[in-house]
Amino acid sequence: MDIKTRDRVNKVIMYVILIIMAFIMLVPFVWMILTAVKTNQEAISVDPFFIFPQNGWHWENFITVWKSYNFIILYKNTLLMIFFRVVCACLTATMAGYAFGRLKFPGKNIMFSLVLIQMMIPAQIFIIPQYLMVSKLGWLNTTAGLVFPGIVTAFGTYLLKTGYEGLPMDLEEAAGLDGCNIGQKFLKIMMPLTRSSMVSLGIFTALFAFKDLMWPMIVCTNSATTTLSAGLAKMQGQYGSDYPTMMASAVLAVIPMIVIYIIFQKQFVEGIATSGGKL
Amino acid sequence: MGKQKMTPRAREEARWGWLFIAPTMIGLIILNFYPVFNTIYQSFCKTGDFGKGNVFVGVANYKAVLAAGETWQSLWNTIKYALIEVPFGVVIALVLAVFLNQKLKGTSLFRTIFFLPMVCAPAAVAMVWKWLYNQQFGLFNNIFHTNIAWISDPKIAWISVGIIGVWSVIGYNMVLFISGLQEIPGDYYEAASIDGATGINQFFNITVPLLSPTTFFIVQTRLIGALTVFDLMFMVMDKTNVALSKVQSIVYLFYTYAFTNGNKGYGATIVIVLVVFIMIITFIMQRAEKTLVYHN
Repeated sequence: MDIKTRDRVNKVIMYVILIIMAFIMLVPFVWMILTAVKTNQEAISVDPFFIFPQNGWHWENFITVWKSYNFIILYKNTLLMIFFRVVCACLTATMAGYAFGRLKFPGKNIMFSLVLIQMMIPAQIFIIPQYLMVSKLGWLNTTAGLVFPGIVTAFGTYLLKTGYEGLPMDLEEAAGLDGCNIGQKFLKIMMPLTRSSMVSLGIFTALFAFKDLMWPMIVCTNSATTTLSAGLAKMQGQYGSDYPTMMASAVLAVIPMIVIYIIFQKQFVEGIATSGGKL
Repeated sequence: MGKQKMTPRAREEARWGWLFIAPTMIGLIILNFYPVFNTIYQSFCKTGDFGKGNVFVGVANYKAVLAAGETWQSLWNTIKYALIEVPFGVVIALVLAVFLNQKLKGTSLFRTIFFLPMVCAPAAVAMVWKWLYNQQFGLFNNIFHTNIAWISDPKIAWISVGIIGVWSVIGYNMVLFISGLQEIPGDYYEAASIDGATGINQFFNITVPLLSPTTFFIVQTRLIGALTVFDLMFMVMDKTNVALSKVQSIVYLFYTYAFTNGNKGYGATIVIVLVVFIMIITFIMQRAEKTLVYHN
């Protein structure tokens, strides 16, 4: 067998495996959508030869679910939590990352080792006291309560520090000659140059907040104040056997992030690849 | 060095430095370091009834947690979950990453599909899988003409949950592998090709050793992620599920005690057990790194 034929055979094998895997990955998504547009009666009388709905596609299921479960409020709560977490995380991390990466000050090594230690501690140990603090502050069932544990980020600080260290050293010296102080140098020159690290951190923070289930379940027990994830958990507890309704709500919960992902795919993939955080 | 008097410029730099790290450090102390000590303290306390303050009970919680069969059972359940999710999630992702790193057409479409589960809330993912696994009406039993109790037979349920875990993390591991692969210089492969090495030879003699730092990183993060699994199990396993005790993870147990039953002291003790366990695993991994990872 010459090299050309061998290459072609290899390619075919790779494609076959890739297509089978892609199929397996897509089955849950396809089945979720197909169930969502069926009537419950049809959903629970599934026959493998009737994969597609036989009594028409009931797209109105989505509207029913949207109205009866107040999805607009779940979206709003989730969006607000993500927005504030991303803003807070990027702001505090870029400042701390700059200081750790570019400035000299006493106590820097000790402080940075605290950042590293935080990254190694499993987050579950923080939850009970964080919950008690939120409860004492009267922030249960509020956006502030949802945002609370994500105001600062050790991981983001580490990520941004690496970003700032990667910038060439003479940049700052040039700016220093022009009479800028450190704050101005940071704002005008250094911060804009770490945009890609900030985007990585923003995507990571948003995904993490969007996927988190335990924290919103703990602090936002009221279904009018909770997020999409925790809202789904509530719905499953109440209406678990109405399968089209459950699947329609699952679709509504995953669609926004999928759309955002498909639009900003490059940033997502690069963000995860460079940050490599524990998601 | 620290004792020397600082120049005005150095003093100004130090002031800016402290100003910039202040929000993060204050936040970390309040949100993370104080809670560590508070959780340790609570593990020695019993939560008072009707919102009354903590009552110090010494090591009573530890005795209770360590004597409870369900603690060890859930620790074992968690390990079993990790033993499915980590190896399968890593190996499948590695194979896919190697394929997608070749110059094939359509790689970006495949990458998009494989990464899709990563942007979905686990709560929604688990709901869909629960429906697929449904014994009476689920897709799997209907397609395969079986009558398997995927998630309520204690012998099978842990595997079923593990499969959801693998499906969920493949894309994430794959993206990390692809970026690791792109750092391997192409001339290694060219030289190997000229010497007549096959693709499989190249994979084991070039890719595997040169990729080992990436692999080690992925295994380590995924292992810790798997040992703290919660969402999937919480959504898939109802409280009435007969297989629950054979599947629930240690974090699930923690959630049940601390927040469903409101026994914060007992919950805090479970967390301490978990943290000690993870510390031991991390320590072993660090020791293993020297022998497992190929250094140039």
